[in-house]
Amino acid sequence: MNTDELIAEDIHGYLKQHENKELLRFLTCGSVDDGKSTLIGRLLYDSKMVYEDQLAAVTTDSKQFGTTGGTFDPALLTDGLKAEREQGITIDVAYRYFSTSKRKFIIADTPGHEQYTRNMATGASTCDLAIILIDARHGVQTQTRRHSFIASLLGIKHVVVAINKMDLVDFSEERYEEIKADYTEFVGKLELPDIEFVPMSALNGDNVVNTSEHTPWYKGGTLMHHLENVHIASDRNLIDFRFPVQYVSRPDLNFRGFCGTISSGIVRPGDEVMALPSRKTAIVKRIATMDGDLEQAYAPLAPTIVLDREIDVSRGDMLVHPNNVPKVDQAFEAMLVWMEEDALQPGKQYTIKQGTTTATGIISDLRYRIDVNTMHSEGVDKLDLNEIGRVVIDLSRPCAFDAYSRNRSTGAFIVVDKISNNTVAAGMILDRDPDSAASRRREISEKRGTEIKVHESLISAEERATRLTQQPATIWLTGLTGSGKSAVAYALERRLFDEGKSATVLDGRNARLGLSADLDYTLDDRKENLRRAAEGAKLFNDAGHIAVCAFLSPSAEDRAMAKAIVGDDKFIEVYLEAPEDVCKERAETDEFAKTNKDMAAFSDMAAPYEPPAAADLVLKTDDLTVDQSVQKLYDLLNERGLLK
Amino acid sequence: MDDQPIPAVANNDQAGRLRYRTHIDPQSTQEEDASVTPQKLTHLKQLEAESIHIIREVASEFKNPVMLFSVGKDSCVMLHLARKAFYPGKPPFPLLHVDTTWNFQSMYTFRDEYIVKELGLECLVHINEEGLKDGIDPFKHGSRKFTEVMNLGALRQALDKYRFDAAFGGGRRDEEKARAKERIFSFRDQHHQWDPKNQRPELWNLYNTHVEKEQQIRVFPISNWTELDIWQYIYMEQIPLVDVYYAKERPVVEHEGQLILVDDDRTPPELAATAQNKWVRFRTLGDYPLTGATESKATELTDIIQEMLLATRSEREGRVIDADPGASMEEKKRQGYY
Ligand SMILES: Nc1nc2c(ncn2[C@@H]2O[C@H](COP(=O)(O)OP(=O)(O)O)[C@@H](O)[C@H]2O)c(=O)[nH]1
Repeated sequence: MNTDELIAEDIHGYLKQHENKELLRFLTCGSVDDGKSTLIGRLLYDSKMVYEDQLAAVTTDSKQFGTTGGTFDPALLTDGLKAEREQGITIDVAYRYFSTSKRKFIIADTPGHEQYTRNMATGASTCDLAIILIDARHGVQTQTRRHSFIASLLGIKHVVVAINKMDLVDFSEERYEEIKADYTEFVGKLELPDIEFVPMSALNGDNVVNTSEHTPWYKGGTLMHHLENVHIASDRNLIDFRFPVQYVSRPDLNFRGFCGTISSGIVRPGDEVMALPSRKTAIVKRIATMDGDLEQAYAPLAPTIVLDREIDVSRGDMLVHPNNVPKVDQAFEAMLVWMEEDALQPGKQYTIKQGTTTATGIISDLRYRIDVNTMHSEGVDKLDLNEIGRVVIDLSRPCAFDAYSRNRSTGAFIVVDKISNNTVAAGMILDRDPDSAASRRREISEKRGTEIKVHESLISAEERATRLTQQPATIWLTGLTGSGKSAVAYALERRLFDEGKSATVLDGRNARLGLSADLDYTLDDRKENLRRAAEGAKLFNDAGHIAVCAFLSPSAEDRAMAKAIVGDDKFIEVYLEAPEDVCKERAETDEFAKTNKDMAAFSDMAAPYEPPAAADLVLKTDDLTVDQSVQKLYDLLNERGLLK
Repeated sequence: MDDQPIPAVANNDQAGRLRYRTHIDPQSTQEEDASVTPQKLTHLKQLEAESIHIIREVASEFKNPVMLFSVGKDSCVMLHLARKAFYPGKPPFPLLHVDTTWNFQSMYTFRDEYIVKELGLECLVHINEEGLKDGIDPFKHGSRKFTEVMNLGALRQALDKYRFDAAFGGGRRDEEKARAKERIFSFRDQHHQWDPKNQRPELWNLYNTHVEKEQQIRVFPISNWTELDIWQYIYMEQIPLVDVYYAKERPVVEHEGQLILVDDDRTPPELAATAQNKWVRFRTLGDYPLTGATESKATELTDIIQEMLLATRSEREGRVIDADPGASMEEKKRQGYY
């Protein structure tokens, strides 16, 4: 029974059939005039996806715009925007839909012209399969290589090489074999695991949907046969469970669920899951959907996961199985397709969106550029529009990710310009550890600890305390920009000096000008800034002085690090608390604060301020004058017996 | 919520009769789930998940989103997906019905009785009050002027009034050739203008949600659904629809080459006098004077799908406003219609 009969006689049967169809997304790549539009039109037409009124319009249009001398031109079925139509060219990616009794198809149509790399990467990012068109008269061209390279870069597993316009080479088997051999030779270098070849004429329909009588020597299936039968189910990664949390649902006090799309893998109620980056674990209690709870959920479904206990999970975190975790790091290496007129600038801050995580990132290293035509790599200092390069990206906070080759979802990211808000690049994470300045520093310092022994001073701490009439301590003032850290720090230093004590201020802004002048504002570099400050404070303490440190230090973890360096007994954590709007207002009148990117601790910015859970002293600076704050600090030092 | 003046009803149904319908078919869905396995995924499950992802992304990344709700079938599917996205909670954004005051009566019933009362959702209603005061009338002023004022104008007013930063729309790429290139996240400048040359590339499911203060964004979560997918989903999920989608004997008149429903007493009397009862249904919904009926006996959802599949005309033909020649869809998009 054909489709029309089935619809007419058994609509329920037809709907059942349609309901169970699989989805295949593919893109068509070819240079201008290889016959891409013609092929798409032919697929739509031969699979009866064209309404008669559309056909009537095309027949009229064929006379006006067509390139076929007034006869039916399938290419006109797929034309888009008016301006483009008048110019006779198509720009950008257009999506087309059709279905057969077996599958539903989405075509990403990316026409060939100078924006090609950008458009093809965009189209390919969601596709399972690529059709690469070759004009039988011209054979494998530079563009053919380029298309194949981009397809492999974007992780497309299935390629059909459509050797088109066979009617113009008399359906020559020899020509077909020659092109096939050429293609097979160069493509060996690329990662394209599944390649099929089809000799066809898109214009006349040979081997597109219907088997051609002109190619009796060809034993393979038609293009449509491949599209309907290519095995794509195993392309989905069902092994590594990855669930980037997209939205936290709290409709009432009794329900707290994590909404998201499963990137890969399978999850079931009862599974133990770990939240990244916190590494806290819990058990999956329910997998909730409006259609009822699920016994299992898998990629790419989008359920809501309920856990058995309250652990801190928010948007941007990832749930995984504890025995199969992705990498969690603040840097990765990646291939980058640059999509913007303004060239990539290494060192500039961009917004990086990976999964549901948004972070600030800098491209800290541009390793090389790949020539898309020759696939050779070459050293460069910038990437221009439509260029592809290998880079190292440093992030402001840790992200969970996999290599793109293993996971097309958790291994992909986009780069957004902070000023224009445009999407400027697409990236694919490589299966390789980055070698950034930050991670190098980390490695060196870890090794250093085991290599070198501390040299002891000949003067004891007691001798110093007696001479200076005080015990050394580090008073660590933390709080938002504008909370009054510096004002309080310097006033305290003055007060202690006037009382005959010896104190020194270590101030965030001064550190940025000297001690940490070489550091950036990535999370890694901020941590390093605080490490240096704490080491500095420790030196003062060792010399018997009181160190007054005024550092925003938004991260509880970083403050804990400072405390560990200085020593628990000497570290006094003081939280300068003031409402955010008060701080903002104060900060706005401060020239330095305006340009200081440590300000990013305001809640609408990248790294949120984490207030200390157990500060030694909290100063509500919107109620207290500076002198009152200093007095409270002074009293605290006295109480602890540090000024004797 | 705005108070909504419902025009006098000339040919009302018997009181109490609900004017929306849920298709219930014992043969559909239930046993189907067993055939969906991790290894075998149906296209509708995949499309559903993708749409849910888009809707949640907007709810997470925008401060003040809204869902444009036209009461038509695409809106109903979009809303159903939004309900799924946040279940057991409700969608964390309101619906917005841009009301020309000339919609089919049964659309108002559907909105008030089903969407608001039964589902308990918040539905804002916006009417262009100036247009109303000026007595803009589709019979007198023609479809172009009427739509410009009461539809496009009202939509722009509403978006400005509530300062929405993102608006979901039920547009699909398969509706029209010009839509094939539309992004899922489509940017509009402060004048609600769409610039086809200045849209961002969309890769994977990583949507760039960063916008300037004045910019807004239209989001089309069902971009990749086809008309058949929509109907199939309504069938599988038993989504209720406004009853004028189903064929029934209704009073219609011939007007500008179309069959128009006599839905209330605003039909000019000389026209109303020619009314005849015919078996008709509507393929798209909108304003009754501008929406042509199709003669049909399709009283069940499956009949409608059958007719749709066997039909030879494209969907929007029934709408008078789209009878404008050429690639007019683009014009409308530039003006902020979509
Ligand atoms: N003889 C012949 N001409 C073809 C075939 N496919 C496409 N063409 C013609 O090649 C030209 C370019 O085709 P088109 O589909 O517009 O190419 P596109 O730029 O890749 O979209 C048109 O004149 C088509 O009619 C084919 O199989 N045989």
